[in-house]
Amino acid sequence: MAMFALDSGDTAWVLTSAALVLFMTPGLAFFYGGMVRSKNVLGMLMQNVFAMGLVSTIWAIVGFSLVFGDSGNGWIGNFDFLFLADVKNLDGDIPGMALVAFQMMFAVITPALITGATADRLKFGSYAVLIGFWSLLVYVPAAKWVFNGWLLDMGALDFAGGTAIHINAGVAALAVVIVIGNRRGHGTVAMPPHNLPLTMLGTGILWFGWIGFNAGSGLAADGVAAQALVNTHLAAATGMLGWLLVERLKSGHATTLGAASGAVAGLVAITPCAGFVGGPAPLIIGAAAGVLCFLALGIKEKMDWDDSLDVIAVHLIGGIVGTLLLGFFADTAINGEFDGLLYGGGLELLKDQFVAALVVGVFSFVVTFILAKIIDGTMGLRVDEDAELQGLDQSQHAESAYSS
Amino acid sequence: MKLITAVIKPFKLDDVKDALKAIDVTGITVSEVRGFGRQGGHTETYRGAEYKIDFVPKVSLATVVDESRVDDVVDAITKSAATGKIGDGKIWITDVDRVVRIRTGEEGTDAI
Repeated sequence: MAMFALDSGDTAWVLTSAALVLFMTPGLAFFYGGMVRSKNVLGMLMQNVFAMGLVSTIWAIVGFSLVFGDSGNGWIGNFDFLFLADVKNLDGDIPGMALVAFQMMFAVITPALITGATADRLKFGSYAVLIGFWSLLVYVPAAKWVFNGWLLDMGALDFAGGTAIHINAGVAALAVVIVIGNRRGHGTVAMPPHNLPLTMLGTGILWFGWIGFNAGSGLAADGVAAQALVNTHLAAATGMLGWLLVERLKSGHATTLGAASGAVAGLVAITPCAGFVGGPAPLIIGAAAGVLCFLALGIKEKMDWDDSLDVIAVHLIGGIVGTLLLGFFADTAINGEFDGLLYGGGLELLKDQFVAALVVGVFSFVVTFILAKIIDGTMGLRVDEDAELQGLDQSQHAESAYSS
Repeated sequence: MKLITAVIKPFKLDDVKDALKAIDVTGITVSEVRGFGRQGGHTETYRGAEYKIDFVPKVSLATVVDESRVDDVVDAITKSAATGKIGDGKIWITDVDRVVRIRTGEEGTDAI
């Protein structure tokens, strides 16, 4: 058995980051939960928290092994680490179990992102089946290609999951929305958020946890981690400013929901870039995401997709913005082997970024669409009309969030 | 005996309560209600989408008084609840057949 020299500083930071990323899923639950109607808030919280239970279990049994098991090919891992056996043999200066923990939290939050698109109408049992299979059939291959496989080898950069997580979940959200259909009353009945303070609380937790998500992704406690941390925070800041500016100009007010949404859009966009850019880049990337994600809100209206809480505008568009802008702003003086267009690297990186975004997007759409169709045709994806009118809290969980 | 019901702006509740206490009204019952009148609703904007909010939050208060006091009470509520802007609310008065104090069994004006 090989023995590796472990770095205690790196190990401590990655373990800390795992805890930070874990906290993001309940943060996401509150972020989304505040935006739905009061009869569906427990349904939303439950879907997110349930991902922590189900996906963690799947990850331990086989998910980690299929991403990080050394199969010798760039497409899918192997079964060497089934039930996390022999993980201690993984090479590196952090324990294999630290990588397991950190990556597990990514696997958990990715399918949870989809729940914002299908709010108020997804049947709980079907949701469980959907994200269980989705984790294995969509997330595992995408994570393998991007973090440990052929897209990485091709030269595409993704520091913390712009493609594998945000484009992936955003496209999946679109596919499920197309299969499940719009909420009853969509477009005719007003469905405003029931508790924006909850959404603001969730935003704070997400912002805080994203520090670990991005600055932990170098798996080291070093200068790149510090740069990634600052980049992450700055992109959230300018994401908020960019969103609020356009919102104020176009609809008259700067809103708290706009501040929250803009910050998250900035965080999404900086995710692929976090450890590869510096200087003014994080400010520009965040601001671009804030503006473009706000403008992308119009897509769902135009297409009549009831992407209820704007997963497409924030995660898909934000992920694309970050992934492509990295092709402009990547700077080898900060980290990595490839310069972007603006740093003398030519079009090579931008092309690779485009290919990675396209490959992950098309793959995720096709597999998610088929998966959603199969579930819809067998157990039904959507609750019946009575259950939807009653709300998910009572119909799916026999509970109420608020005493009346 | 008369039941006086008033629907007023929520932030005027304390003023109305003080005005009624000042003329020795011995009790009021308050509920948070929603509704619309000529004021209509208002619009709210979430992520660029406008929502028409038809039901505006209001406070409804009720008190039972002797017939001789009705004008004083209506006057006190009108003065203390008015802002002069649309949406100040309404007062209506209805006959009450019988009032019973639960603790003592007293009836009528004695029970008020």
